[in-house]
Amino acid sequence: MNQFQYVRPTKAQAAIDAVAKDANAAFIAGGTNLVDLMKRGVMTPQKLVDINRLPLRQIERVGTGLRIGALALNSAVADDRLVREKHPLLALALNAGASPQLRNMATVGGNMLQRTRCAYFYDVAMPCNKRQPGSGCGALEGINRMHAIFGFSDKCIAVHPSDMSVALVALDATVLLSGPKGDRKLAFADFHRLPGTTPERDTNLEPSELITAVEIPDSPFTRHVHYQKVRERASYAFALLSVAAALDLDGNTIKAARLAMGGVAHKPWRLAAAEQALVGQPATEAAFQRAAAVAMQGAKAFKHNEYKLRLGPNAIVQALKTAAAA
Amino acid sequence: MKTPEKHIGKPMNRVDGRQKVTGAATYSAEYELPGLVYAVLVGSTIAKGRLTGIDTKAAAGAPGVLAVVTHLNAPQTPGSKPTGKDPSQPQTTGSALRIFTDDQIRFNDQPIAVVVADTLERARYAARLVKGQYAPEKHQTNLEAGKAQAFLPTSAKKNPKSPMNDYQRGQADAYKTGAIKLEQEYVIPTEVHHPMELQAITAHWEAPDRLTLYDKTQGTMATRRDFAKEWGLPEENVKVIATFVGGAFGNALHSWPHESAAIIAAKVANRPVKLMLTREQMFTMVGYRPHTWQKVRMSATADGKITAITHESIGQTSTYEEFTESTLAQTRMMYQSPNLTTRYRLAALNVGSPIWMRGPGEATGAFALESAMDEMAYLLKLDPLEFRLRNYTEQDPETGKPWSSKFLKECYRLGAERVGWNQRQLAPGAVRDGDWLVGYGMGVGTFGAHRGSSKASARLLPNGTVLLQSAVTDIGPGTGTAMTQIAADTLGLAPAKIRFEWGNSDFAQAPTQGGSAIVNTVGPAVQEVCLALKDKLRELAGAGNAAFASAKKEDVIFADDHLTLSGNDTARASYADLVKQAGGTAVTVQSKPNGENGQKYSMYSFSVHFAQVRVHVLTGEVRVSKLVSCADAGTIINEKTAGNQMKGGAVGGIGMALMEHAIIDDRFGRYVTKDLADYHVPVHADAPDIQVAFVNQPDPYVNALGTKGIGEIATIGVAPAIANAVFNATGKRVRELPITPDKLV
Repeated sequence: MNQFQYVRPTKAQAAIDAVAKDANAAFIAGGTNLVDLMKRGVMTPQKLVDINRLPLRQIERVGTGLRIGALALNSAVADDRLVREKHPLLALALNAGASPQLRNMATVGGNMLQRTRCAYFYDVAMPCNKRQPGSGCGALEGINRMHAIFGFSDKCIAVHPSDMSVALVALDATVLLSGPKGDRKLAFADFHRLPGTTPERDTNLEPSELITAVEIPDSPFTRHVHYQKVRERASYAFALLSVAAALDLDGNTIKAARLAMGGVAHKPWRLAAAEQALVGQPATEAAFQRAAAVAMQGAKAFKHNEYKLRLGPNAIVQALKTAAAA
Repeated sequence: MKTPEKHIGKPMNRVDGRQKVTGAATYSAEYELPGLVYAVLVGSTIAKGRLTGIDTKAAAGAPGVLAVVTHLNAPQTPGSKPTGKDPSQPQTTGSALRIFTDDQIRFNDQPIAVVVADTLERARYAARLVKGQYAPEKHQTNLEAGKAQAFLPTSAKKNPKSPMNDYQRGQADAYKTGAIKLEQEYVIPTEVHHPMELQAITAHWEAPDRLTLYDKTQGTMATRRDFAKEWGLPEENVKVIATFVGGAFGNALHSWPHESAAIIAAKVANRPVKLMLTREQMFTMVGYRPHTWQKVRMSATADGKITAITHESIGQTSTYEEFTESTLAQTRMMYQSPNLTTRYRLAALNVGSPIWMRGPGEATGAFALESAMDEMAYLLKLDPLEFRLRNYTEQDPETGKPWSSKFLKECYRLGAERVGWNQRQLAPGAVRDGDWLVGYGMGVGTFGAHRGSSKASARLLPNGTVLLQSAVTDIGPGTGTAMTQIAADTLGLAPAKIRFEWGNSDFAQAPTQGGSAIVNTVGPAVQEVCLALKDKLRELAGAGNAAFASAKKEDVIFADDHLTLSGNDTARASYADLVKQAGGTAVTVQSKPNGENGQKYSMYSFSVHFAQVRVHVLTGEVRVSKLVSCADAGTIINEKTAGNQMKGGAVGGIGMALMEHAIIDDRFGRYVTKDLADYHVPVHADAPDIQVAFVNQPDPYVNALGTKGIGEIATIGVAPAIANAVFNATGKRVRELPITPDKLV
């Protein structure tokens, strides 16, 4: 681990200023990912701006939605009464992630900013365009069983590892940001980026911009929801892939649907066409299968992740079945 | 007359349980010596080639750095042979890799330097500043490619009696002419031990020629021998302390390069040095269960009698050491096949050396053999348990000798009943519960029951308590607890009055903990030293009291802190008084290996594991919903710790079956699984409530206690039981572990 300065401001503006002043500064909240990356030399900030003292932990009703402070702990959000009542999908996704110990440290903002778990990114002795632009993508021709089937480029085929973000993109959340140029809002779907030619950029955050909150609008998706995470052990594993599914049912007819996948792309992957394909359909396995087929259009596998082309539609069907029965 | 309470067999709590759960137990990285400094290893970034240069300037100048040691400036260690001169020969220390002695790179992440600094963080930072320059050569890390050059181990070539030689009974490759034939290949990937405690050592040169090591090792005496030899010191000048070991599963069975590095670093820095590996380094330099390819060909009569088996195996090893294990041992003796052929080969790759991992080769071999048994039973349309019973052996078909004891049929009966084997359907995929397919499978395990040589010392203290000492380690099975129970019953003392100390090379000689042999070996030594202590006490009592002197040996009663005589109410000698009378009393005994019994009988522990699994029809996820492990392990000294061992071994088997898989990117010869997020071991949610049953029948020949050993048979056979259950649930046969969802969906 390199030597670094450490400051702990109490006001958001001071934190933003502290990062803005220093090109090698980074915010730190729960530290559940950044500290690991620093130990391995993958990230080497010269200054850490600890934001845990900022007043950004509130979970509250705002207008016709719910605002969740960026520093709200994953465990606190998952256990929150309002969250469970209005957005049970989010609670399910959060509880599918990591372990209780990590959820007790990790924050909402930090969860969104998790770096990929691609092994080539983590090993400074291997090529990785995300870690070291221009060094090449180790995974492209390497071990890529965990990698993307959507939205990748020849520069990067890594996936975003967050479970929470898959639910948030499905729920049409909005991200609240504060930066040197003031405050702004960004649709959650626009927060993470596809790798393109600049895989070193995970998100559309501007330099020294701080996530202050996430807002989720009220929706009818309060009951028929499911987060299907397929992983190699029963708990505490990143997803081979995951599906967030939400249905608004009128009797057995689907009035509206939300679908998103995790573990398949550089960002949480919203499946808008598949959602459309469900609207007006009966909530039957046949309809779910048709939607799953739509969802998988354009998917392309690499040497070791061909299974995702079979697992993806299956997981979508399973998620929708479980959601419909919920 | 009161019969002393018996402790053997009781589920006594661990004698060190409180220390462990309260954090009072001190592990090898937790000794805070005055002046302690920290060492971090720098690993190579190529898999094969030569170090043409190494830039240590920046590291040496970094804050707090005390030393940077490489092959260019390392002190000479007089006892070392060069690496790889003869890979078939054991080297000075357990690991054949002599670090810092040449410029050759033999595997990726091979230590090329050690950095010593005043804090761990500074050492870690400086280690990153060390830059090796390499002349890379073409490496090979792929077993499939390496198979083409597979070879018979040199030890087998040199010694016709080596069990690594080709084995033959009856006709060679007779499977070709059988009525029902099976021919399949099975692969297990590299699996890594990954005990919770990382490999760690604190090395302290107490004088220029006196070394104390607080070391994670399974053998204090072997480690002492290794490093005394490496540094050309008399063994008594080296002391190795390993009181607590946070799991090992085999990866501390011999010493490793990081231990050499810490000792060198301590010498150069002239300070006590602590070196703890990172989780990444646990993959590369302290061994693993080797990636192994196997082929089983089997034939049987239509009524289910095996007529021939040919079992071949090629296991991965390094280029500098021929690591061998008993992958094919179970095949040779488990079933009554008149014709049997085994062939064991190695493939040398540019990787670090493997080391025995729990159940070792037998667990690898059992995956192939027990899977093949299930496949053959399916071809025969026979219940797999019935198929095994039709080929049951009443004597060892390999040697023709009688078993010292074998209660495997009882294990079958117990396990089948508990798992509900009668629910199993012969046709796969026949049972569905909602979105889950349900299936049952079984797998058998066996491991040699050996007794080695050991000493033990016993001292009666003036307060009437007994202090026992042994150099043995306790890597988790509860050795200290079992020994206390054995001593309590032999002496007639309450366990609270006995203190068994272990994990120190200065204590009475004991073997390295491994091979399921510790209770078999150290147990009798403890029993014998307690008997010797009683002889001595009888003698002392006789000197002070004529009634004892004239009494027959069997009339002297040892109980409740004192001696009495049968039929004599007045004769009484308290242990405390006897100690006072003698001015302290201590005995040491040497306990011997099996000897003649070992020649006359085939000695094995046996186990069977029954699994019920659920496989999700859409996602391919496998959940082990029931696991029943039954063992014929002779006398059970402690039902609780023995049960713990069986459960732990079963969980290891779940990992082997369903998730453990260390993956190398062959282009770089470098692991892409580098932590416990990439390399999965089971979490609690992956383990059902594992049921354990022991036959608990003493073996008459292994030793006087009747024990046979548990550690390995707890794991051997679990993985095939699960794989067979997955087949029964789904009709899909996975012959390459682990059985991850991608293979079933």
